[in-house]
Amino acid sequence: MKAFDLNTDSVRELNQYLHDSPSGKLSVTNPAGRHCIACGIDNAVEVSIDGHVGYYCAGMNKTAQITIGGNAGPGVAENIMSGSVRIKGNASQSAGASGRGGTLIIEGDASARCGISMKGVDIVVAGSVGHLSAFMAQKGRLVVCGDAGDFLGDSIYEACIYVRGKVGELGADCIEKEMTAAHVHGLEDLLVATGVAANADDFRRYGSARKLYNFDIDHADDY
Amino acid sequence: MPMTTERKLSLRPSATFPQHVLDEIHRAADQGIYEIRGFGAKRSLPTFDDLVFLGASMSRYALEGYREKCATDVVMGTRHAKKPIELKIPITIAGMSFGALGANAKEAIGRAATAMGTSTTTGDGGMTEEERQSSKTLVYQVLPSRYGLNPDDIRRADALEIVVGQGAKPGGGGMLLGHKVTERVAGMRDLPVDIDQRSACRHPDWTGPDDLAIKIQELREITDWEIPIYIKIGATRVSYDVALAVKSGADVIVVDGMQGGTAATQDVFIEHVGIPTLPAVRMAVEALQELGMHRKVQLIVSGGIRSGADVAKALALGADAVSIGSAAMVALGCNRSVFLEDYEALGTAPGYCHHCHTGRCPVGITTHDAELQERLPPEQGARWLRNYLTTMVLEIQTLARACGKSHVLNLEPEDLAALTIEAAAMAKVPLAGTDWIPGNNK
Ligand code: SF4
Repeated sequence: MKAFDLNTDSVRELNQYLHDSPSGKLSVTNPAGRHCIACGIDNAVEVSIDGHVGYYCAGMNKTAQITIGGNAGPGVAENIMSGSVRIKGNASQSAGASGRGGTLIIEGDASARCGISMKGVDIVVAGSVGHLSAFMAQKGRLVVCGDAGDFLGDSIYEACIYVRGKVGELGADCIEKEMTAAHVHGLEDLLVATGVAANADDFRRYGSARKLYNFDIDHADDY
Repeated sequence: MPMTTERKLSLRPSATFPQHVLDEIHRAADQGIYEIRGFGAKRSLPTFDDLVFLGASMSRYALEGYREKCATDVVMGTRHAKKPIELKIPITIAGMSFGALGANAKEAIGRAATAMGTSTTTGDGGMTEEERQSSKTLVYQVLPSRYGLNPDDIRRADALEIVVGQGAKPGGGGMLLGHKVTERVAGMRDLPVDIDQRSACRHPDWTGPDDLAIKIQELREITDWEIPIYIKIGATRVSYDVALAVKSGADVIVVDGMQGGTAATQDVFIEHVGIPTLPAVRMAVEALQELGMHRKVQLIVSGGIRSGADVAKALALGADAVSIGSAAMVALGCNRSVFLEDYEALGTAPGYCHHCHTGRCPVGITTHDAELQERLPPEQGARWLRNYLTTMVLEIQTLARACGKSHVLNLEPEDLAALTIEAAAMAKVPLAGTDWIPGNNK
């Protein structure tokens, strides 16, 4: 297995290697909160990072499977396209921001704006998420096994939010919706696929009331 | 003697409530919502027209008009990028989205820019295949909405432009009304069709300049440090914003003055937020000079640039290039006196149209309607825009030669005088016939 030690190798060297057609498995040690580790990969490589990472780790990931052994700084897996990113610890704000595909699994908690502007990614958080999560979320699923902070799903479009615990104040145009059998099954599959132990029946679903889709003077108070 | 024909009573309009203000209050009372429109500020503002060049005479040598060379090439992104952008002319095409513009307009722009050896820019809707194919040098915008943003397009871009704001609406996000959100546009943006789409005004994964520095680092890592990274700001607190853009690591800074156009936003935003391009250029140049970064971080200025004279004056004040959006659209036929009945159907007329937001552009630019788009065949549009750009370049060279410059970037503030006190104060150029610069205590 190819190994990079960020005490001696630079992030630049690591990323260049990852961009130049790597394959198989790769380990990264001593990340020490460095930024932009393993971003922009477009290869089916397995990357295992042993420790905490700074901003934008795994940004814009395509096809790679990345595991972060510690906590992640802001914007982890931002704009992820495909593949998967798993965080063993907690994630800072804007985890999975504008993600367009693939899967982001956070085994701990996620901070504010988790899934902000998401556009198709599936995000599964075993813990809780902070305020303004799924803000302007367009597509994809945000699953929260713990609690969700205030203004959940503010100005949400067609993304789907599932929360098992308590939900603070809902954001503008976000409402609780019926949890149909199809939703339960879909969620079950996602939980199994991501290896997060939770019962899909225990979740509630939230989504868009679609009242802000076209301007209506009678909804001016919601703007 | 018969009475003369009836004389109209002296009708005195109110200066506080002129007709357009009355109309707006009536419209607001009818509709209960602010006016949303396209184009740029319509109010009168201090502009480059308030400056004149001091051509050479006894104390300066002029260059021969058609014989002596006056170069126009500029290079963007020399600070960090391995592959800076080389432009043959100092006029680039500003970001305009596929969505706001139809595919034919985007293609025409790409072809014209390529033929002229300059760059064009994507917009708030991602990169289309047509524009990548038709544009040799394409700047890919990274906007707060992140619509359509993907690493493949990032890797095939020639530069990235992180849009913090734009002159028409600094502090506001994009807007595309439902009737322009067609299936293709919606698909590119991951949105349902027909909704009024309001883009975010803040980026989802960074907040201040310290974060932005790391964001830029990420984009450089993804692109292996090859292509330049621009930061575009709407002109407001230009001195601070330019300094912070430099600190964040930008290769190129784009400053867009309040005359900058838009396809749709609130009229109140267009007319009342931001500062004109004239003071913005000077403030940006001063900020770069204070940091010792003038000409190291390139400055592109936009917002109401219409002619070679405007370009030459912006360059003389210290810009490295300009960017045009509205003027390029006018070259493509915007507000041209044709298809009058279609202007009328929109409740407007050539010369007054700002109805890009309707999606019913009479000349086929800001529309997705197939029939309307046929009015702008890409080859024809490209020809118009090329002619216009060529004219502007000839004008810039004419002025530069008259000032004795063998390269357009050799123009300098010393070549200028101001015609109004406002312009003198804003551009920090002496009032013509004096050595007075208002605000300078010397
Ligand atoms: S003519 Fe077309 S491009 Fe020009 S202002 Fe009207 S709608 Fe917009």
